[in-house]
Amino acid sequence: MSSTTTGHNTPVAPADNLDDDLDVDHDDDLGQAAQRRRTTLWIGGLSAGLLVTVVLAVGLGAVGIGPATVARIVGHHTLGSPAGVTWTQAEDSIVWQVRLPRVLLGAVVGAALAVCGVALQAMVRNLLADPYLLGVTSGASTGAAAAILFGLGAGFGENALSASAFLGALAASAAVFVVARAGGRITSLRLLMAGVAVGYALYAATSFLIFASDSAEGARSVLFWLLGSLGLARWGLPLAIVVVIVGLTLAALLLWSRRLDALAIGDETAHTLGVPPTRFRVQLLIVVSLCVGAVVAASGGIGFVGLVIPHVARRFVGAAHGRVVPVAALMGAIFLVWADVVARTVLEPRELPIGIITALVGAPFLLILVRRFHSAGV
Amino acid sequence: MIAAADVSFAYGDTLVLDGARVTAAPGRVVGLIGPNGSGKTTLLRTLYGALAPKAGLVTLDETPVGELRPRELARRLAVVVQEGSGELPLSVTETVLLGRAPHLATFQRHGRDDYRIAAASLARVGARHLAGRVFAGLSGGEKQRVLIARALAQQADHLLLDEPTNHLDIRYQHEVLQLVSRLDVTTVVVLHDLNLAARYCDELVLLDGGRVAAAGPPDAVLRAEVLEPVYRIGVQRIDTGDGVQLLFRPLDPTPEGASA
Repeated sequence: MSSTTTGHNTPVAPADNLDDDLDVDHDDDLGQAAQRRRTTLWIGGLSAGLLVTVVLAVGLGAVGIGPATVARIVGHHTLGSPAGVTWTQAEDSIVWQVRLPRVLLGAVVGAALAVCGVALQAMVRNLLADPYLLGVTSGASTGAAAAILFGLGAGFGENALSASAFLGALAASAAVFVVARAGGRITSLRLLMAGVAVGYALYAATSFLIFASDSAEGARSVLFWLLGSLGLARWGLPLAIVVVIVGLTLAALLLWSRRLDALAIGDETAHTLGVPPTRFRVQLLIVVSLCVGAVVAASGGIGFVGLVIPHVARRFVGAAHGRVVPVAALMGAIFLVWADVVARTVLEPRELPIGIITALVGAPFLLILVRRFHSAGV
Repeated sequence: MIAAADVSFAYGDTLVLDGARVTAAPGRVVGLIGPNGSGKTTLLRTLYGALAPKAGLVTLDETPVGELRPRELARRLAVVVQEGSGELPLSVTETVLLGRAPHLATFQRHGRDDYRIAAASLARVGARHLAGRVFAGLSGGEKQRVLIARALAQQADHLLLDEPTNHLDIRYQHEVLQLVSRLDVTTVVVLHDLNLAARYCDELVLLDGGRVAAAGPPDAVLRAEVLEPVYRIGVQRIDTGDGVQLLFRPLDPTPEGASA
């Protein structure tokens, strides 16, 4: 297409200024209005999808409960709806005490892992980065193993496991951070290497704890925890903390979406666009470590969500973070809730670790992506 | 105006810049030339504050660059640098719109004006038709033009470019530099091609081993007796009526390593 034939034929000015428009279309928005409408549709559609997912997922399980009943029970508890009670006490406690907190935790954890994956992939400029890159899971695992096998954190009472895992996660992040920071600047490569090194060291520590304890039952609990489970979900302070931290993380990443775009291109580019790369990395690291630490403490190390969902989101709405962050959050939430439904129903009454399901779905997906990359020449 | 006064910089113990100075007066195009490793890019990086000089001072309109807040600096100084574009599939439009980021508050979304400016900037470098493409999938020359469009979208009154003609064919080399030289902005550009430097720069600074070997109008700097000791290559200068043309030939047939 020729840009020189749009209506008025002004001669090219000899001394152009940067804000001179020459002969371009003044209403040219580069297709951004249409793009915005598409994104709104995606976000609207996925939000509706999440709502439907939550209602259906709460109804599914050993005891099936219809969506209408689920809605009435939830309405009764949240709004105190005046309609008469038409359900049994058992149904009430299954929906309200058991499944709803679990489904909510699943949605929150899925959203958190997805957006933290998005942030880390931009930060280290590597599409294979995932939220566990920073050694967070390994740290949480060591903390959890110490709690399960040796009763670490008994002072936290019934929250001992989550508390030790959270502290372990933060300690691991801090270690990665300190190692990567040696020398003043934090670069992508240093972060990756520090994450891998700290991860392996803590993996060894966890294995050592398992062997040192000599408890088969304990080892099985640790393994189960490592593969992830939403089974610990119940109303209470830990769930509230996770919800608040994840909400704040989402808000921060949405606010920082343009900075993420700039950082994803390169440190030098970010700097020239007014985003000091090292300072922004530090901010991102703190937010993401806290978020992943809280999520891992609540649900164990659920893999593949943070790796695969960002790719899916980008595939549909492009790479700009203002669009990827909300869309990935919704997709992650929906995906994890359904993965959990499968995990708790497929071998009923036994429960599978959810990490097995996410890996089973995620791994082939990643292979398909690799093939696509290959054919696109990336 | 942008100025570096007696700037020194070292990577570890290796001194890369040694008391270098360059001044670009308002509206002027200053070219940085010199052999590989002479400190051109390092000097440019101190100009936009990516490197803090070990000694000396860099100022933008009399204000030390180190004292300007990052966004403020980005509103007044646009930079075109070579950079591996990363793996994320950002589109050309998104890449150019990033040039508007320094003008937007954190909560603010792009408005119609931002789109219009981005579109105009793309049209200006002949890349409007690339708007919907993925940046990482462009050819080297297309990428270069898009990066220049992003710098234009920044609407700064200072412009720094590192090898902007890299990857461009002859026609676009001239088009890009013609465009740059016509802009009413203060420009510092790193160039390898001395003939392009001769045609499009108002002033040249010749660097050699981190020091300024010569500075002044192209006519004074692009002389055989100035260039030959720095580049160690034979230089023949031909006046073509509308400027000068430099021709090069090996200076010394003795192989490398043989002592003179």
